[in-house]
Amino acid sequence: MISSFTRNLISRRRALQLGAAGLATMTITPKFAKAADELNCLVWCDHTHARLLDPFAEKHGVTINVKEYEGTGTAYSLVEQSQPGDWDVFVIDSVDVPGAVEKGLLAELPEAEMPWDDIFPELRQPQLHFKDGKLYAMPEKFGYNSIAFNNTRVAAEDVATAAVMWNPKYSGRIAIYNYYIPTMEMVALGLGIRPDTITQMSLPAIREKLLEMKKLASVVGDVVTTQNALLTGAADILVAGGEYTVAGMMVEKPELDWTLPKEGGIRWGQAIGVFADSAKKDLATEFVKYILSPQGQGALATADCYWAMPANAKAELDDSQKKQLRWDQQPGFIANSHPYFIPDADLDAAMLDVWTEVLGA
Amino acid sequence: MKTLSLKSWGHLPALAWTAAFFVLPLIAMLLMSLSERIEGRITLTWTFANYQAFLTKAEGTFVGALINSVEVTLLTTVLSVLVAYPLAYILAYRIPRQWQRLVLVLTVLPFWTSYVIRSYSWLLVLSENGIINQSLLELGLLSEPVGMGNSRFATVLGFVHFFAMLLTLTIYANLVQIKESYRKAAADLGANSLQTFWHVTLPLSLPGVAVGAFLTFVLAIGDYITPQILGGSKELLLPQAVMLQLGRQADFPLASALSMVLMLVVTAAFLLSARHLKMGRV
Repeated sequence: MISSFTRNLISRRRALQLGAAGLATMTITPKFAKAADELNCLVWCDHTHARLLDPFAEKHGVTINVKEYEGTGTAYSLVEQSQPGDWDVFVIDSVDVPGAVEKGLLAELPEAEMPWDDIFPELRQPQLHFKDGKLYAMPEKFGYNSIAFNNTRVAAEDVATAAVMWNPKYSGRIAIYNYYIPTMEMVALGLGIRPDTITQMSLPAIREKLLEMKKLASVVGDVVTTQNALLTGAADILVAGGEYTVAGMMVEKPELDWTLPKEGGIRWGQAIGVFADSAKKDLATEFVKYILSPQGQGALATADCYWAMPANAKAELDDSQKKQLRWDQQPGFIANSHPYFIPDADLDAAMLDVWTEVLGA
Repeated sequence: MKTLSLKSWGHLPALAWTAAFFVLPLIAMLLMSLSERIEGRITLTWTFANYQAFLTKAEGTFVGALINSVEVTLLTTVLSVLVAYPLAYILAYRIPRQWQRLVLVLTVLPFWTSYVIRSYSWLLVLSENGIINQSLLELGLLSEPVGMGNSRFATVLGFVHFFAMLLTLTIYANLVQIKESYRKAAADLGANSLQTFWHVTLPLSLPGVAVGAFLTFVLAIGDYITPQILGGSKELLLPQAVMLQLGRQADFPLASALSMVLMLVVTAAFLLSARHLKMGRV
């Protein structure tokens, strides 16, 4: 989901990463690799705050170095330009775990030591996290690309259906999240197409609907831009938004809300594993177990960077946090959501072409 | 001979710097643009397919993005010059010398703010809840707020705010180098203020304008942040199209080809303005 989560927030830095990834890696990773009491983690931005990291670091007397990335492609570039053993822990989208396993990046995890019984059953997805019966990554956090909205300006009955994404009543009040895969999958849901059945044949209908939506939209942007649009009144509806865009702000801005329409939403998930080349696999595995513990899950779910649902149903969340995450509604939401579908390379390229055309329209 | 030898060696650091941080990366990007992704791996196949994709892919969207980029950049450059020149002129000739440095610092103060923060600040200012809309509503000049953010107007405004400062510096540096005796001589010969400006000051300050305008053009056409934050993706600019190729698919060959096209445009701009680019004058 969050492939483009911080796309623009830190895009200057990202441009530097992409343009000079080798240089950056050379200057950063050797420092990490040499220290025995350090754990080097390649993560999404929600794994970088002290509230999450400090308890583990203090308990084990280690320094945790985190390097955040914002797209699996970038993560692979960083790994490829590092020395074997530089990295210990890898947080990665669940859908990209098989690819990482295929590349030999992930080590086997001790399945018996993981809290499988506490993980929401729908997130276990053995086809993603296991290969040949061996566990390579644990689901740790999930959420939805669905609809975020201003509940004082958008009628509850309107957001109950996916058609709100192209409802002319909200012309000029709609923001569209600019990551093409979940947004196009949301549009597909609204058109009655299950995301995992999207083919090249489905794209013309999705394209037509996106072009229609673009005319109604006030902004097409990254998470921060679309959040800003909701906050400043430039938009009242965020297509492909969800808890990750508004849950962290709902105490201060109770009018910002999120839901799944009756057609459902797209469920994204991220996973955590240990690098195959890590020289500190035991420590890294302990870190994985800590992240999956109720304490770690509570801190991860309410991360400063973005909130989302913990994979562990026993996560430590207070009542307010549960309310913001719509915790009580999770069984229904999970049942009514579709796992994030990653197209094959050809379909992915075709989807990007459509998206590029829509942006240029 | 000794002097000549030292002079020759003196160029080496600059040459090495240019080779390491411009020529080599440029060659790497060129080679990348002639490569293909085959089964997830990038292979140099000496293909022009990526340049062909620039022309034909996504219904010609990339060509449209280039046109948008050039339009926005030219608009930005012209407006920035129009804003910066009077400011630099006042700074150089109307502000007492002892106050010039202070005023210059105040003028460039916004440079000290983060580029990203400044862009988001503009978005807040231009928003429907922002100060402009609220003021106009209070004054009764508007009956309902007007969305000014997330548009080409907002992008150009954000650019001009930034680049007018840069241009002010280059034009000011040029203006203060023009000898006062030239303007006095023009006055002695009967020229009024306007004629002196038109026939003496303006022509002599053109190198500063050209350098600033060229820098503005180069920086604006390749900028990703401002259009991304302020433009709201209402239109696609080429740097945004480049980033689209990198985000998920890591399609470096196509992104490199698009970047090389941008490089060609910058080169053309350089050739067009090279006659006026006299760095020694700024």
